[in-house]
Amino acid sequence: MPITFTPEEIMETIRMVRAEKLDIRTITLGISLRDCGDSAIKTVARKIYDKITRQAERLVRVGEDISREYGIPIINKRIAVTPIALVGEGCQDAEDYVLLAQTLDEAAKAVGVNFIGGFSALVHKGFTKGDEILLASIAPGLAATERVCASVNVATTKAGINMDAVYRMGRIIKETAELTKEAGGVGCARLVVFCNVPEDNPFMAGAFHGIGEPETVINVGVSGPGVVYHVVKENPDVDFGTLATMIKHTAFKVTRMGELVGREAAKRLQVPFGIVDLSLAPTPAIGDSVADILEAMGLEKVGGHGTTAALALLNDAVKKGGAMASSYVGGLSGAFIPVSEDAGMMKAAEAGALGIDKLEAMTCVCSVGLDMIAVPGDTPAETIAALIADEAAIGMINKKTTAVRIIPAPGKKVGERVEFGGLLGSAPVMPLHPYSAEAFIKRGGRIPAPLVALNN
Amino acid sequence: MEQAEKELAQELSCGENAAKESQRVVVTVVGQDQIGIIAAVSGVLAQHQVNILDISQTILQEFFTMIMIVDISLATVSLQELQQLLKEKGQEIGMEIRAQHEDIFKYMHRI
Repeated sequence: MPITFTPEEIMETIRMVRAEKLDIRTITLGISLRDCGDSAIKTVARKIYDKITRQAERLVRVGEDISREYGIPIINKRIAVTPIALVGEGCQDAEDYVLLAQTLDEAAKAVGVNFIGGFSALVHKGFTKGDEILLASIAPGLAATERVCASVNVATTKAGINMDAVYRMGRIIKETAELTKEAGGVGCARLVVFCNVPEDNPFMAGAFHGIGEPETVINVGVSGPGVVYHVVKENPDVDFGTLATMIKHTAFKVTRMGELVGREAAKRLQVPFGIVDLSLAPTPAIGDSVADILEAMGLEKVGGHGTTAALALLNDAVKKGGAMASSYVGGLSGAFIPVSEDAGMMKAAEAGALGIDKLEAMTCVCSVGLDMIAVPGDTPAETIAALIADEAAIGMINKKTTAVRIIPAPGKKVGERVEFGGLLGSAPVMPLHPYSAEAFIKRGGRIPAPLVALNN
Repeated sequence: MEQAEKELAQELSCGENAAKESQRVVVTVVGQDQIGIIAAVSGVLAQHQVNILDISQTILQEFFTMIMIVDISLATVSLQELQQLLKEKGQEIGMEIRAQHEDIFKYMHRI
């Protein structure tokens, strides 16, 4: 039996993993909790705990086995559940869902996953009773837990922007920061506000198990900024067409790995395989940065002129290469640009090269939005709401997902730093525009769906 | 042709039979060239009924690199145990030895 690979191919794979930090960022088990409803919240909590711990019992073990056998690091094993606003809706005796957040936290600890997503509501057109209770429970729920992630969808291209929800989220973000102020407002790092939220996203903090999903499902998020960086850096003089092709080839290989791991995990857990999320997800580790890729393309500092164009090329090439490599692509799929989780972004923000306006422009061409940005603790809720509204407008008009994950760091001023620890990194407190949007935000109501929604 | 069909079937069945069909593992040994590398590694493999299908060795980026394709379908140890045994042997002779399921290379470099 001849060797079917060249030594160069084998060593390329090993180099990608060892030197360039290629990894599977997450395998996320989606679990439907739609059968956990009851009129008594304690019964709901028990059903939720039992179902999660039963379904996810082997998740971490299987992830570790696959990681060892294939020699590929799988960084996170996580769980996404049905939005809790739907699950808790039937409770007659619940004034809040903090108990359900605590239940998710306990279940996550019991099965050994570091995050569980789905303390969520979809309110792009209005609030049901369950949505109202969930929104009121986000700040105390995040403060009472360590591993629970919350997300709220406030806008879609089809429905427009629910500005009442946008304002509420501005206030909830402030409240969450206040309730977790001992840890720098870290609760806000587990809270995302979305426009056009995907229902199969494996990445935290925005993951939940969508309504159209099966009973259980495995979704995989790949990563590999380091691998792409290596390719771009090794080719400083090639033109854009050639560069895009090289990034596509790399994204293809990275995604194939995600496809293999996803299928293998699904098979071993006897759960359907959902999607591979083709994302470039940075970490604070050196050499695992999306900003470094953009700078390797020829920018002196990320955030300067040319950054949006560079990111557009990168994001598109990653999608094209990845789409060919996987049978099912979904989730967010694109380059992430979190400030605190990317060493290069952090440096650029600290140097004053990267500001909030450029970040907003970058979100027009990449996968998510204003992500992991620390702002002064005294930022008014209305200003945060206005920032969310801007981001939602970009998503709504461009028919794409956008999101805001922002931390008004309590007691901190521009130029200071906030430490979140671990994968969440640390962030410089960035300035926002000082001018008020209060009167605008207080109008309330919905921004109507745009003309682009009328495509039937 | 037959191989291609088999791969296609495997692909379609979501790799359902992959574990049964493919028991091939890629062993890579990297480090300074020295006497007895093959003997040391093949000794561990033979001791645990692991069959060597092919060996190649080359100098890649100034490092001696040996690549073995082995079959573990009759092995007396699991892949994870074999990985551990080879890692220990590697430490003993000052080489880095890795054993990875073949599919990772197949997925990445072959369509």
